Order: sequence, then structure tokens, then C-alpha cells
Amino acid sequence: MGEYITEFSKYLITLFASFYTYECFAVFRYQTEEERSGIYLRQNLLLFLVHVSCFLPVYVKTGRIEFIFFFLFQQIALYATIVFYHLLYPEANRLIINNMCFLLAVGFIVLMRLSYDKAVRQFIITVVSSVIGLCIPGLITRVRKWKDYTWFYAAGGIAALGIVLALGRVTNGSRLFYSVLGVSFQPSEFIKLVFTFFVASILCKSLSFWNIALSALLAGIQIFLLALSRDLGSALIYFVTYVIMVYLATGHKRYLFAGLLGGGAASCLAYRLFSHVQVRVQAWRDPWSVIDGGGYQITQSLFAIGCGGLFGLGLYQGMPDSIPYVETDFIFSAITEELGILFSLCLILIYISCFIMFMYTAYSIRDDFYRLAAAGLGVVYIFQVFLTIGGGVKLIPLTGVTLPFISYGGSSVLSTIVMFSVIQGLYLTGGKRYVPRGGKAGKRR
Amino acid sequence: MSPEEGKREKGGKKEIVQVTVGFVALFFVLMGYFVFYAATHKEELLNNSYNSRQQLFGEQNRRGAIYARGGEILAETVCDKSGDEVRRYPYDEMFAHAVGYLEKGRSGIEAQANYYLLRSDIPAVDKVKEEIGGKKNPGNNVYTTLSVPLQEAAFHALGIYRGAVVALDPKTGEILAMVSKPDFDPNRISELWEEIIEDDESGTLVNRVTQGLYPPGSTFKLVTTLEYIRENPESYSSYRYTCSGSIEGENSRISCYHGSRHGTVDLRHSFSESCNSSYANIGKQLDREAFAETLDGLLFNQPLPLRFAYNQSSLAVGPDTSEDEMMQAAIGQGKTQITPLHLAMLTAAAANGGILMKPYLLDRVETAEGGTVKRFAPEEYKRLMSEEEAAILSDYMKEVVESGTGTKLSGLSYTAAGKTGSAEYNRQKGESHAWFTGFAPAKDPQLVVTVIIEGAGSGGDYAVPVARRVFDAYLDK
Repeated sequence: MGEYITEFSKYLITLFASFYTYECFAVFRYQTEEERSGIYLRQNLLLFLVHVSCFLPVYVKTGRIEFIFFFLFQQIALYATIVFYHLLYPEANRLIINNMCFLLAVGFIVLMRLSYDKAVRQFIITVVSSVIGLCIPGLITRVRKWKDYTWFYAAGGIAALGIVLALGRVTNGSRLFYSVLGVSFQPSEFIKLVFTFFVASILCKSLSFWNIALSALLAGIQIFLLALSRDLGSALIYFVTYVIMVYLATGHKRYLFAGLLGGGAASCLAYRLFSHVQVRVQAWRDPWSVIDGGGYQITQSLFAIGCGGLFGLGLYQGMPDSIPYVETDFIFSAITEELGILFSLCLILIYISCFIMFMYTAYSIRDDFYRLAAAGLGVVYIFQVFLTIGGGVKLIPLTGVTLPFISYGGSSVLSTIVMFSVIQGLYLTGGKRYVPRGGKAGKRR
Repeated sequence: MSPEEGKREKGGKKEIVQVTVGFVALFFVLMGYFVFYAATHKEELLNNSYNSRQQLFGEQNRRGAIYARGGEILAETVCDKSGDEVRRYPYDEMFAHAVGYLEKGRSGIEAQANYYLLRSDIPAVDKVKEEIGGKKNPGNNVYTTLSVPLQEAAFHALGIYRGAVVALDPKTGEILAMVSKPDFDPNRISELWEEIIEDDESGTLVNRVTQGLYPPGSTFKLVTTLEYIRENPESYSSYRYTCSGSIEGENSRISCYHGSRHGTVDLRHSFSESCNSSYANIGKQLDREAFAETLDGLLFNQPLPLRFAYNQSSLAVGPDTSEDEMMQAAIGQGKTQITPLHLAMLTAAAANGGILMKPYLLDRVETAEGGTVKRFAPEEYKRLMSEEEAAILSDYMKEVVESGTGTKLSGLSYTAAGKTGSAEYNRQKGESHAWFTGFAPAKDPQLVVTVIIEGAGSGGDYAVPVARRVFDAYLDK
């Protein structure tokens, strides 16, 4: 019996996940949340089916009773999040919540397979984060003057990133973590939200050349601090977010080109100055020649990806442990190995559907500041997904950022849940710009 | 700032849509790359020695068998008395280089087809049954293009000599025989290993067909002739040269083999008699740039369209090449180096109307139950020469067998065509490798055979009889 479950569950997982993914895009056929509610219910059912068909082989393999309890807690937490969100914020977008829970469920399963202890830790942090996340839209609504705190955002960002640079704990050559009262966290994960607010608020004040120059200076300082901490992935995310937000605010393509040029120049400079950048680029261009050194991680990741096939080897049938830092930087490769290429494509599509919904939501916000901030957060999120998956499959050099909701890491999970909740809050607070009534395009104002 | 800009919505409709579309497009590139990479690199990734998943598959599946085209087993995994899995090679040394070995790293087809042999594509239901029975899944079996009778003929014909024989079908590119000597018994590779490794001089593990680099000697006159015809399409047939046994260059002198004098020869007889002086004379006249282009087109200094390990052939000709070097190049001496397989490919192109088919060794992959996993069809690589050029070369090669240096292949039940070579590798001692490359039947070529015998002497005397035994085994049934 057990053998049958292990062998066939992978086909079921792929099947249910593809139905779920289909529904993710089917929502966009309807304009209002009421019309979409059937889809959302089906998604909730499919989430349950995927979760169960992932859990069965895990249980067959381990046979540990505590896994059943852990699985039940996961179920409770996920459905509680969905239900409470809907009760507290009936207007909030349910696709975003469903996708968040789907990705969290996948993360729990994969972490459980890699390391039970880490999965439990991650679960506890997720539960706390979800509770915090539930309060955030309300907080966004209550505090009215988010757009006036420009200098506070800038000062806070510079201070926090400066402290990490000066006092942070060094892990693998980068200063990413800072401990307060015994709790270690990664400030760059949270400052990126503040950073987005800062850029949105300063650009809402004025679009004069000097104001944009000032924003560039203040953003540049933060990016520079990140680069000095060797947190290259975050530096890149901040940079791209800034450039795109300036473009969104001004509508001038010249800022995109200027950003591209400046970014290119900065990358070349970083490549010349920092040996760790050279190592990463070398490992990207030809990992096989440095397989014993800088290329080891990426080649192990590629081995995992090349091994899975369409439906994967099945949970516990592969060797994802052979990739160093698999649970943080390379979880996507572990998923591809054991759950298959089709499932991985579904995951990517689910990330994309979230992003499209973010931008669609941002697009319908009336207030300039809220709209710009929401779109900026969407960019932060999707670009991070691109960096981590693109790095894992060797499309781009490795940057060492996490896969939102799935990768192991408390700061990452908390900040992503907060980010999703902030976007909901912005949407609920900023007022709707368009009132879609079945027509193709709504009227402005 | 213009007043319009002040009122403008920050984050307008158009820009948000553009940014969204841009990122979605980026992700489509990512997904496309991801799927493409995983699909096209899976074999190479699994074969990498750093990939520990090989052991994983080894624990789950029993390695598949390798078969010859007639269904004979060339390699299989069996259990010995103590129940351990061992790899058995029923033909011992005969297929040593072609099929390769498994322990001590992999080589030959064991390396090339490793991905298929490791994996098991039997239906999921059967896999579950095997697992419940506590048995390993039977791995996929690989059927090769190799022919046992032909390999046998080539193996025995080469005898105790060092060298290589390769036979392929010019119309499909199927490799039918691939013999390299000295050889070893792959069944005993582990016990022989120390001895083989310590012997620096023999190069026992080198597959001389694909990796042995030799001066091509007179067989290279195929290339020189082709270039001369290309440069003189109208007048090549009226070429004349009077051979007095040697020719002077700026600082060197080239002699005909064993001092023979060929008298007045045209191009056809320069080729069939293998007159070095005449070809050195042609070498002096060749346009260096055009020659370099022809060499590129014939895959010198280029990667070959092969799916297994090989060495690149080399010959550099450029504007600075001296006259002496051109004379040497024209007769296949000097810096020129070629593998027997590459020479066989050039011969096959001439035999196949100018079109080179990609040489290949794997015919198909089947599951243990006989279901097809993958089939490898003949693939055209590209046209290396025009039909007329191929016809002229074939005609000249026929002349070699009829009246020239290859007469040991004449008067048989089939008509053969080819070119001999005696490639000097030690000037002082006058030692040379014996070459032959050719095909038969001349009218409807079915088999290309290329032979090199190290240090044997003249190609006509030593290599041609070996080739003849291979042709006989195939055509004279």
C-alpha cells in the first residue's frame, strides 16, 4: 500500500496543483469578488487536496505520529487564516490570501521533508506572523498620515541598515542578521517595505528634478549600505524597485534608461571591486570549471533540477540534501527534484498570478501615494521571486535571496506576510479609482 | 515643472500595465529557459561524476544491458555467487573501447548511455510490484548499431598490431565496427587497472578510433585534391607534372615513398600512385585562404557532430604559412593530425554524394519489457562537398584500387574504392603508420572502412588487407 501511495501521489499532486493554478487565472475573467467566490471555494478545496496528497507519502515514509498532529495544526492554521481574513476584511482580495496559504502549505511540506525541526520552527513563526498580518490592514486604515512620514522612513532605513553593517553577525561573508533580545532577524527584509513607503511618499510630494535627485541620493545610500554588507540580492531588489517606482510616478522612460545605465555601471564597478561578486559571476558563466569551489552549490542545484522529470521522483525519493543551503536559497530546486517540473511551473504561475492581482489592485486605488506604494511592493515581491528562481536554474547569477513563503527563514516569512497584508490595507484604505461594472474599461474618477 | 505634470496621476494606468506585462514576459523567459535546460541537459547532468544521484538510481534500479544490432549481449549486469551485482562483458576484449567499462570511471557506451542504463522506464504499476517484492527495477536496455560479425572481422584482422579500425554505413552514419588496440578485458578492469595506468607508453585505455591523433599521410591527398579541383574547376583534368622522385622547396625537399619515380602524371594518377612530389607541387600553388576555408568546412580544428568523447583534428593554414609548410600539408605530413573516425567521416561524405551523416552508436533504448523509450534516427549533418566533387573523388579512389597503391582490393566479388597512406612519424628511422580509408561497393557504397596500423609501413601492403577482411565480412557473404 505504502509503495502505491509514494508512487502515485506525485501524479495527484501535479493534477490538483494544475487545477488550482488554472483557477488562479480564471479569477481574472470576473470583475467583482462576489462573482469570483465560487472559484475561491474551489481553490480552498484544491489546497486541501494538494496538502493531503503531499502529506500522505511523507507519513508513509516516516510513520511518525507527531507528523499527523503537525499536519492537522497546519490545516487549522491555514484555514483559520483564510476564514479570519474574510471575516475581518470582507472587502479584501481573497486570491491573494488563498495563494499565500497555498505557498505556505507547500513550504511546510517541503521543509517537513528536509527537516522536521526547521519545519516546526517555521510553522510557529508563520502562525505569529499571520496574527500580525491580520492586524495590519486595520493599522493601515487607522493611521491616516502614512504619506507624511517621508523623512522618518528614510532615517529609519539608513539607521537600521547602518547598524547591521556596523554590528551585524557575519554569516557566509555577509552581514545580514542583527540580534535584539536574543531574537536574530534580518533587517533588510523589513526595511524593504519601509523603503517602498519612502520612495512612494517622496515622489508624491513633487516630481521636480531636485526632489527626484534627493530621492535618488537617499535611496542610493540605503542600497550602498546593503552592498557594503554584501547583501547583494537585497541591494538589487531595492535598486530595481526604486527605478521602476520613479518610472511609475513620472511616466518618463528616460528614468528607466538612466537607471539601467547607472545599474550597469554599478554592477561593473562591483565586479571589479569585490571578489565575491567575481566568484558568483564565474559560477554562473561556467560552474563546471569551478565545481569544487564557487560552482558547487549551483551545479548541485542543476543536478536536482535535471533529475526530476515532469512529475518528479516523489517525496523522499531524491537527494535534495546534497545542495548546500537547500532550505533557504535552493528550495525551488528541491521541489523540482521531488515534485517535478510541472508542479514547479504551477508554483511560478501562482507567484505570477499574485503579482498580477497586486498590480490590478494597485491600479484600482484612487490615492496616488497608496497606489504607488502598492505597485512598488508588487515589484519588490516579484523581483525577489525572479532572483531566487532565476539564480537556482542558472539563468542569472546567484544572489542568495529567499523564495517568498516557501524558503526557511523567519524574517522572510514575517516580512512577506506583512507585505501581503500591507497591500490589502493600502487597497482597503486608498479608495477605489475605478468602479468596474461589467464593462471592459472603467472610467477614471 | 509644467502644470500638467503636477496634476498627473503618479502611477498612471499605462505605466502599471507596462510594468506588469514586462515582469510577466520576464517570467515567461524564465519558465522557457527552465524547461529547456532541464529537458536538454538531463543526461549530461546525471552523468556528471559530482552528481551523487547516480548511486541513488543504482540502488533503485539494476543497470540495463547493452546489445549489438543482431541482439547479442555486449554488456549485462548479473549476480555473482555471493549475490553481488557484477557487470559482465561476454566478448571480453573485442568491444573493450566501443562498449567501454564501468568500474574505475566510465568509458565508451557505458558512459554515453549511462543515463538510459541507470533509469528504469517500466510502468509505475510494475515498479510498485518490484518494490513490494523487494527487488530492484530492471534498468532500460540500450541497443547499439555495432555488428558482431564485422567487429569480429576487424578485431582479428588487426591481430597483434596496434592501431584502429572503424566501419560505418555512409548512408545513415551508423557505426558498425570500432576496434582499437592495444586492448584490455573490461571484465577484469579493476585487477588490470594498476598495470594499465603504470604503462605510460601503450595508451591502452585510449580509443584510437575517436581519440587517436595521427598524421594522415597520403590519405590527406583527398583533401588536397578537393581543394585543387575547387580552385581549378575547368583545368584540373589537364594538370600535368613530371616526377623525378623528389621536389625542392625553399628549405626542404620532399621525396616520393621509397624513392619511386612516377614520370609524367595527371591529377588522377598523382592520386592513384600517391605521388608526393606532384602533391607537394600542388601544395605550392594552393591559395592559403581558400584552403583554410575548405579545411574549416571539412571540420579540421572544429568540433565534430558526435555524441561521445573524441579529439579534434588539427591543421592550421593561414596567410603566414610558409611554402615548405604548404608542401608538407599537401601530403598530410607536418603539423596535420587527424583521428581515424574523422577520416572515415570525410570518406563517408565522398561516398554519400557529398553529404555527411552524423556518425552514431546508439540505435534505441527499450524498457526491460521491450517498450520503446527512445529511438535515434539517422541525422544529416551537412553537405561537405558538391555532388560533382564527391563523384570525382570517388572515381579517383576507384583508380587507386584498380591500378594504384590499393590493388590488393581488386579482383573481388565487389568493386572497392579508397586511398592508402603511409604516414611518416619518425623521419630518421623512416618509420610510418599504414593507412587505408575507402568504401565498397564503388557504385552503391554500403560500407566505409578506415584502418590505421601503427608503425607497420606502407598502407597498400598492410592496411589494405585488413580493410579487405572487413569488406569481405560485410559484402562477400
